[in-house]
Amino acid sequence: MKSYMLPEFNVYRDLERCVSCQVCVNQCTYMVHYYDEEEDLVKSREENCVGCLRCAMLCPTKALKIVPNPTSYRENHHWTRESISAIKVQAESGGVILTGMGCDKPQYTYWDRIVLNASQVTNPSIDPLREPMEIRTFLGKKPKELSIEAGSGRYSLTTELSPQLKLEMPIMFTAISYGAVSFNVHESLAMAASESGTYFNTGEGGLDRRLYRYGDHAIVQVASGRFGVDPSYLEVGAAVEIKIGQGAKPGIGGHLPGEKVSREISRTRMIPKGTDALSPAPQHDIYSIEDLSQLIYAIKEATGYAKPVSVKIAAVHNSAAIASGIVRAGADIIALDGIRGSTGAAPKIIRDNVGIPIELALASVDQRLRDEGIRNEASLVVAGGVRNSADVVKAIALGADAVYIGTAALIAIGCTVCQKCYMGRCPWGIATTDPWISKRVNPLIASKRLSNLLRAWSLEIKEMMGGMGINSIESLRGNREMLRGVGLTDKELSILGVRHAGE
Amino acid sequence: MTSLQNPYREDKVHEACGLLGIIDTSKARFSAYEPIRAMENMHDRGNGLGAGFAVYGLYPEHRDEYALHVMYLDGQAKDRVEKHIEKHVEVNHAEEIPTDDKVRVVNPPVMWRYFVTPKRGLSEETGEDEYIREMVMRINMATGKAFVFSSGKDMGVFKGVGYPEELADYFMLSEYRGYLWLGHTRFPTNTPGWWGGAHPFSILDWSVVHNGELSSYGANRRYLEMFGYRCTMQTDTEVMAYAFDLLVRRQGLPLDVAAKILAPPLWIEIDRMPSEERKVHTALRQCYGGLLMNGPFTIIVAHHGEMIGLTDRLKLRPLSAAVKGGRVYMASEEAAIRVLCRDPDRVWRPKGGEPVVGRVKALEVVREMIL
Ligand code: SF4
Ligand code: SF4
Repeated sequence: MKSYMLPEFNVYRDLERCVSCQVCVNQCTYMVHYYDEEEDLVKSREENCVGCLRCAMLCPTKALKIVPNPTSYRENHHWTRESISAIKVQAESGGVILTGMGCDKPQYTYWDRIVLNASQVTNPSIDPLREPMEIRTFLGKKPKELSIEAGSGRYSLTTELSPQLKLEMPIMFTAISYGAVSFNVHESLAMAASESGTYFNTGEGGLDRRLYRYGDHAIVQVASGRFGVDPSYLEVGAAVEIKIGQGAKPGIGGHLPGEKVSREISRTRMIPKGTDALSPAPQHDIYSIEDLSQLIYAIKEATGYAKPVSVKIAAVHNSAAIASGIVRAGADIIALDGIRGSTGAAPKIIRDNVGIPIELALASVDQRLRDEGIRNEASLVVAGGVRNSADVVKAIALGADAVYIGTAALIAIGCTVCQKCYMGRCPWGIATTDPWISKRVNPLIASKRLSNLLRAWSLEIKEMMGGMGINSIESLRGNREMLRGVGLTDKELSILGVRHAGE
Repeated sequence: MTSLQNPYREDKVHEACGLLGIIDTSKARFSAYEPIRAMENMHDRGNGLGAGFAVYGLYPEHRDEYALHVMYLDGQAKDRVEKHIEKHVEVNHAEEIPTDDKVRVVNPPVMWRYFVTPKRGLSEETGEDEYIREMVMRINMATGKAFVFSSGKDMGVFKGVGYPEELADYFMLSEYRGYLWLGHTRFPTNTPGWWGGAHPFSILDWSVVHNGELSSYGANRRYLEMFGYRCTMQTDTEVMAYAFDLLVRRQGLPLDVAAKILAPPLWIEIDRMPSEERKVHTALRQCYGGLLMNGPFTIIVAHHGEMIGLTDRLKLRPLSAAVKGGRVYMASEEAAIRVLCRDPDRVWRPKGGEPVVGRVKALEVVREMIL
């Protein structure tokens, strides 16, 4: 069938600059660039270009410009280029349109409509260069009260605390599975988490034996497919996370195509090589909160009650009530993933239309747990489109204990959010298991980039806290007094629990 | 100031303020002369927009009854609140709080005191203190026109808009005696003072005077709300009183441990502690992070038999302490102490976050923490 699709991007090569070195030919995994021997020229097949920018960034003479194709349909606010193209694609393929990464629609970002407070005269700001700023965070169940005994001139603790995760900064790397990304990426995340005193999350694909030495900084995930779940996996992690839902595709399961299941991945996931790794949306032993409770306690039993158990859900209409149930089911940590959460592959229609913004879910979950007096019973970790340290600070002031970052971490490694992860040909060597392309990520360099990102955000968080006259992150957590809304409706403000700017 | 209520309904006000606390550790009662003298000495720390005193050992003849001091901003609220009070507690005695009307203060509300005991049977489930606390929270939320600003036994708070010496005259404090006195003069900088917003803040027999501003207020308030505390006084100090009530009265933690929750050691200090100590301090921060108080503050907190002075970890507000015989003094400045005792046995300025405790009987001043 003849395709009616317009190329998404135009590739401009400045022939004055191009030296026909063929770097772009080698780097492009979509075979956009090719060498024409006859003319001794490097040329392009524009229709293949996904806009990953690898070629433009690596071209030694900066001869390449990748520009969104300006040729478009007649302007129409309802029948946008996106909606017309989608219909054409489906008319040609008859299938579900897939995409990678998170929802890119403008209407869901509340972070940008919330601003932070700063100290002025009577409550002076604190200079983080001269005063200590404390951002250490502990995740896990906290008791409502401690009992302390005085004996022989000293106090001692008689309450035994549940196991806690200690984070030197309130930021962790979210669940990204081995298989969705290359081993090198997994290793980079593990190394950076260990070095920075935080945690990475294995995602649902298990943990390669070579990474067991980073177990102290791993949150090992248990999803419906149970890939890679065995006693040693549960044992090696610092915490266990049960994945119920994911922000990018609530109600949708995972699918790693058989071609990606190499020998190594088959060993880690404990499935035959070359078979599709299907993880359905429901866990077939969980159809109620009681079932979830059973799984939580099964995991706690299996790990001797020595590790916190987290439950991850997608932010949806009823998140607050669901979160309350999860706490009562015995979870130590709730991970909430908003509509902007990313993925290696999801039906585009789901990614863009299912779920709710994390800001609103977070505010309502935190408030509900407080109203029920059980906020201490579990820590709240949020994910789904956290782009910078201000988003982190706002999340904590709304009530989160910590955030998970995913897309931001991959961008630090090189990702340009081209949204083509599902093709498995990520030119940056990230969302791929192809050994040749994977080599593009050097774990030593990538982990350094990740550590730098965490360090930079930590410094910025401390600056913002100092500006508010706060020197310990505990005093920021749930401190919605420090937030004001700009251009939000009364309803939105009431759900967020913040006042409008100027009030 | 034309309105009794803070018309801006600010959640908090900002202040520089002068603080005072004196405890006689032998529990001997003394007159208001000394606290008033000391507060006069700190006149310039306030600006006439709020001052007050708390007195312990105030009503020995009603020792076993809760003394409710209530301010009414309108008559309807009084009827409603009195009905509520009568429904829930036995009122053994009620009277208007005597004032000297010759003293000119701005817009004084009507103030009454009630000596009450919980109705038999009603308080069994929660215990008497908790029963009274819940009732106070209910009244303070109900009308926005009536506030119980003091609710302990054998103690009372007197406060309002004015300078401390004016309010002392207005309330005729020279008629009263007590073994523990707190004093406060206020310098709100960007909101008008109102009668309910003056210090001390009090719940049951806890009272707090405060100089500073809590940048952690929002976090503290939301933590306390989980335990049934409702912040109605529109200032940040209120959370201090509730925090002590929660930690010490309800949860039974020692006062100095509570101080370590409000102003904990830094993590770098905790990390260097011996293991048992480290465990206690780590657990305190993990569990009670929501009550860590941030921003500049000095507080003096009292309840029966104990008084504690504490500054924030960075010591952004002043505090001096002194001991003379059986008396422990704390004040924003040494001068205020020196007008009362010329040659104290010891006088010092505690470090940031280091609590100073004056205790009845034990006659001890806990300075070096044993936590
Ligand atoms: S990388 Fe740049 S210089 Fe090399 S062939 Fe491609 S466009 Fe030409
Ligand atoms: S991971 Fe790779 S494929 Fe996915 S969006 Fe980023 S650059 Fe594109």
